[in-house]
Amino acid sequence: MENSFIISVLVSNHFGVLTRVSSLFSRRGYNIDSLTVGETHDPTVSRMTIVSHGDDATQEQIVKQLAKLVDVKHIMVMDPENTVARELMLIKVNATKKNRGEIIEAVNVYRGKIVDLKSKQLTIEITGPQSKLDALIEYLHQYGIIELSRTGITAMGRGDSCLQ
Amino acid sequence: MLMTGSEILVRTLEEQGVDTVFGYPGGNVINIYDALYQAKDRIHHIITSHEQGAAHAADGYARASGKVGVVIATSGPGATNLVTGIATAFLDSTPMVAITGNVPLSLLGKDSFQEVDIAGVTLPVTKHNFIVKDVTELYDILRNAFCIAQSGRPGPVLVDIPKNVQLASCAFSPKGRLPIEYSGLPEKKELQKAVQMIQKAKKPFIYCGGGVILSNTSAYVLKLAEKIDAPVGTSMMGLSAIPHRHPSFVGMTGMHGRYASSKAMNEADLIIVVGARFSDRATGNKDKFAPHAKILHIDTDRAEINKNITANQALIGDLRSILPQLLDEIENTNNTHWLQEIADYKAYEASQIVRDEKLNPKKVLEAIRSCTSDETVVATDVGQHQMWTTQFYDFEKPRTLVTSGGLGTMGFGLGAAIGACIAKDKAPIVLITGDGSFHMNLNELATAVKQNLPIKVFILNNRVLGMVRQWQTLFFEKRYSETSIDKQTDYVKLAEAFGATGLRIQTTAELEKTVKTAFDTDGPVVVDCAIDADELVLPMIPPGGTISDIIM
Repeated sequence: MENSFIISVLVSNHFGVLTRVSSLFSRRGYNIDSLTVGETHDPTVSRMTIVSHGDDATQEQIVKQLAKLVDVKHIMVMDPENTVARELMLIKVNATKKNRGEIIEAVNVYRGKIVDLKSKQLTIEITGPQSKLDALIEYLHQYGIIELSRTGITAMGRGDSCLQ
Repeated sequence: MLMTGSEILVRTLEEQGVDTVFGYPGGNVINIYDALYQAKDRIHHIITSHEQGAAHAADGYARASGKVGVVIATSGPGATNLVTGIATAFLDSTPMVAITGNVPLSLLGKDSFQEVDIAGVTLPVTKHNFIVKDVTELYDILRNAFCIAQSGRPGPVLVDIPKNVQLASCAFSPKGRLPIEYSGLPEKKELQKAVQMIQKAKKPFIYCGGGVILSNTSAYVLKLAEKIDAPVGTSMMGLSAIPHRHPSFVGMTGMHGRYASSKAMNEADLIIVVGARFSDRATGNKDKFAPHAKILHIDTDRAEINKNITANQALIGDLRSILPQLLDEIENTNNTHWLQEIADYKAYEASQIVRDEKLNPKKVLEAIRSCTSDETVVATDVGQHQMWTTQFYDFEKPRTLVTSGGLGTMGFGLGAAIGACIAKDKAPIVLITGDGSFHMNLNELATAVKQNLPIKVFILNNRVLGMVRQWQTLFFEKRYSETSIDKQTDYVKLAEAFGATGLRIQTTAELEKTVKTAFDTDGPVVVDCAIDADELVLPMIPPGGTISDIIM
């Protein structure tokens, strides 16, 4: 059975590491739904959050193959019940003087922010779980979406669940 | 002490115990070659005809000796010529360090002359690779490269050194080799479960892979086999781990394995997998693989567990520590019925062998074997001759078979034989090849002659690309598309042109005498052995098939 899962990985923070990880996924035929990477509080270490899907055997192989990369330090398959998973999205929509108010109202309901406002369009910044972002996109379709950019999920275990 | 990058490289090679390197000079390694020139008396450099030959030589050297093979090539085409050799080493887990030069950092990324992103190119076929951007990092990177190449499951590591880094200087103080890391022992309770599985089995089968050779643990595997009355079969990479004349040995399993071995594996109730990875050529149809058997998988590489065949129990760690521990816990078990069953399979197999008078591969291989010792290393290329070698040549000592198993690289043999010959202090080495494979890299005959290496090359010459043709015979209604190569090469003259000796065998009557002449002649000898184009490699389990589909 195919499941979606989030894998967090601590890697050495130097050039080429992202290529090593992404090339591993492509050559072994694993899916990447999203991949985010950034430096951690330790500048020698970066943290990657990979969202993938596949059956249990695939998930097991992904973890084992990742572990073989010399630059990979720690790996954790995130427990969906015990993980904060968030994504950031910027979305630009058509907005006239007439309907601008109702869009802003909707953005407030979703706890988003207006970060740019022009006479014919506005840009919204929103953070949250993927489902919330998806819902806002669906709502905004009626106004005409001009462009949209999502970062992909970043995730962290709750409480004592730490990747180190 | 202030040293240049090139000097640091040479010093590190010495520190790692490297006394032999293979390679080919060029514009972006000229400084490295200058440093090698200064160290001529300590590091023996062997120049090949082509970088691919050098990579295969480093691989053959490593396989025959157990040491790290080192190869050096220049940037661009020099580096890309290594790729097949590196991939071959990667698929067969050979410890190897490849050093490439590159354009100076200031020219990197500008499509400069002879620039190629070799780290990018070799990413999927190396265990790890490095680009050295600062001379102060060079020493640690090289020490690390040698450590990675040998640790856990061995493999090739590439270090790309831009020219300005070779030239730049920095302070150098030797720190010694990094310790080689082996994975530890599995938990006690995992070991207990494995012991129980083994003790319960009535039809245990040991499936032995290349990991046993890499970890020098043949003796433990044999002890285990004797303790529990288990036959031992091998993957192709596992051949030579178990003496072929040992009563427990049943031969290679899989597509062109021995009937007794594949049959025993199919009938077993427990398969103990030691250092093998269940390649598709070994398992056939995965869904119908060993239907009665539980799988106990012992390997140093965690990722091999459940990758191709799901294991009921795994022991992950170094064979050197796991196997003795297992042996301590296991009591002698009597499975005489099972051994009788195996003896019956062997007898059936023997009854199927057709004897004929014409010159056939089996006769050639037996004639060669009668002239070699148990220590003689045999290299092969890839194709029918390779399978015949695995079937008809008795290997008695580990590391005496040097063959490209995983990647199946035609053209591997001659370079690998050169490396193996040098690893064995220029003892006589056999290369079994075919007319197709030999044509791919025969340029290395020049290297064998230059180094005066006693490599005895036997070309099983059927004038066709036999393995592909065999598939065309069996599965494509004899549509021999591009396999009737019928090359007009005169191998005797060819050998002589290179400065080697050429011999020819056309009939069974000439066989023994000519093979003996080949071994009695100094230096490299090429023997053209005329065999029939219709000789098949049998038995054969068709791709995706099972033992019930076997063609005998």
